[in-house]
Amino acid sequence: MAITRETVLHVARLARLQLDTHELEPLQNDLGRFLEYVETLNELDTSSIPETSQVAVEEAPLRPDRVQPGVSTERALAEAPRKAGGGFAVPAFVDE
Amino acid sequence: MTMNALDRSIPEIAAGVASGELDPVALVSESLSRIAAQSSLNAFLTVSSEPALAAAEAVKRSRANGEALGPLAGVPIAIKDALCTLDAPTTCASKILTRAAKDHVGGSEPSQGFRPPYDATVVARLRAAGAIIVGKTNMDEFAMGSSGENSAFGPPKNPHDPTRTAGGSSGGSAAAVSAGLAPGALGSDTGGSIRQPAALTGCVGVKPSYGRVSRYGLIAFASSLDQVGPFARDVRSAARLLEVISGRDERDSTSSTKPVGAYEKACEASVKGLRIGVPSEYFGEGLDPAVRTSIEQAIAKLESEGVSVRPVALPHTRYGIATYYIVATAEASSNLARFDGVRFGLRVEPARGDLNTMYGKTRDHGFGREVKRRILLGTYVLSAGYYDAYYRKAQRVRTLIRRDFLNAFEEVDLIAAPTSPTPAFKLGEKVDDPMAMYLADIYTLPASLAGIAGLSVPCSPTPKTAERPSLPVGLQLLGPAFAEERLFTVAAAVERLCRP
Repeated sequence: MAITRETVLHVARLARLQLDTHELEPLQNDLGRFLEYVETLNELDTSSIPETSQVAVEEAPLRPDRVQPGVSTERALAEAPRKAGGGFAVPAFVDE
Repeated sequence: MTMNALDRSIPEIAAGVASGELDPVALVSESLSRIAAQSSLNAFLTVSSEPALAAAEAVKRSRANGEALGPLAGVPIAIKDALCTLDAPTTCASKILTRAAKDHVGGSEPSQGFRPPYDATVVARLRAAGAIIVGKTNMDEFAMGSSGENSAFGPPKNPHDPTRTAGGSSGGSAAAVSAGLAPGALGSDTGGSIRQPAALTGCVGVKPSYGRVSRYGLIAFASSLDQVGPFARDVRSAARLLEVISGRDERDSTSSTKPVGAYEKACEASVKGLRIGVPSEYFGEGLDPAVRTSIEQAIAKLESEGVSVRPVALPHTRYGIATYYIVATAEASSNLARFDGVRFGLRVEPARGDLNTMYGKTRDHGFGREVKRRILLGTYVLSAGYYDAYYRKAQRVRTLIRRDFLNAFEEVDLIAAPTSPTPAFKLGEKVDDPMAMYLADIYTLPASLAGIAGLSVPCSPTPKTAERPSLPVGLQLLGPAFAEERLFTVAAAVERLCRP
């Protein structure tokens, strides 16, 4: 399946990847080749087959609801590239 | 202490430390000096010399005080850098978890990798059992790769031939164990990332059933596939490690409440009467003739021990790669959204620009080529208009692949097949061809999709030829979910029967 440059740019935007121009063509080719390869799945009629999204998880028991110590604010912020006022600092943004 | 105490099996080392015959500090020192001497293998991203020596001293003191020692007392263990460790940086071999020096606040270590605020559950369990963490091993970035070449820090090398791959993604752990730098290691397996490097370096590697081992503190790649498992030089050592790390963890809701098996004891059981299935789909085009010979010989040896060998059909095997790369990239694109330059790791902040520019630049700069490729693929297959055609389709084929195994296990106790279609290939050979690289995992992906138990155990190496040296071959054993004991029983027999 042929993938256009616009499609690569659209998907990259969804994935928050600001790709350099020189990266686009190879990725466009790789995506195209891959999507061509996965066409093999269409040989199979799966209309009556249920989906598997998770295996071997028969139960997911909840833990007891009790107060436990967590990670301290200081600890949580220790690796932050920028912090301000006891929180993570980010550049200014407006709604898209 | 004799010079080769580190080369003993893990149960022997732990027993020697418990009896006082072996000094844990000397064991750890020997491991650290071997790591330094073999640094050209590029097996480690971080060596934890000081914390390791301090932990060894603590084991020594415990013994002197007459305290009970754990089942891994004094045993040096290497940890894949995808697992969080309190006392060592954790980078997943990615630039995005490695901050530029100018941004780094505090800390005097040479690497500026991410310092996690907690130990992964498996790491905590190893420490509680007395194991000594000697360092963090090299890997493909975010565990995406089959050769180690996607590491941001250069690939680990195969100790059998340093011009060849140690496999991937857990190549550093495999190289470390194969070269005797540590008697055991942990890796993670999403589509073969423990079994394939184990096969290519001549180690035992176990991919436990999905849910057998906690994933808490494992940096997520594809959450419905990821499992942590051990590497060791011999089957009993791998069994001891799996027993320690397995079991329910409150912090991972997908971890199973099923009791942990007696894996080490299972190594002593007889294989007589067991039924082993051999799938013809795993012996087709692309299988190296020398690998085929070695696998067939190992299966014939099992037959001579009273195992009943019969053909078994896994008809959807050929759809494994397409299914896996849709499911795994979809999950990865979602999991890797957390690397955005806000809470940890790298941030690239342009002088002008809003939040989205910061995200976009950070992720473009921080992720390597294969990771970007997979994030784009995963985003594409989940995007509006394509979800049904790709993602939902793959989840349905995943059901068919899973049913293949469930049907086969109605007739046989275990499946035996090659782990990898070829022995270790040359570094650089497939690096520019992602589809060729994906094909290297053809025999390991289906079991991951099915969530069943898998193990790779060395059988006879390939003969030396003009083109290549003698190289290790791994026999892959697959069993039903939570049938790890059976895998160990047969693997121990293979180890005994194929010993040179």
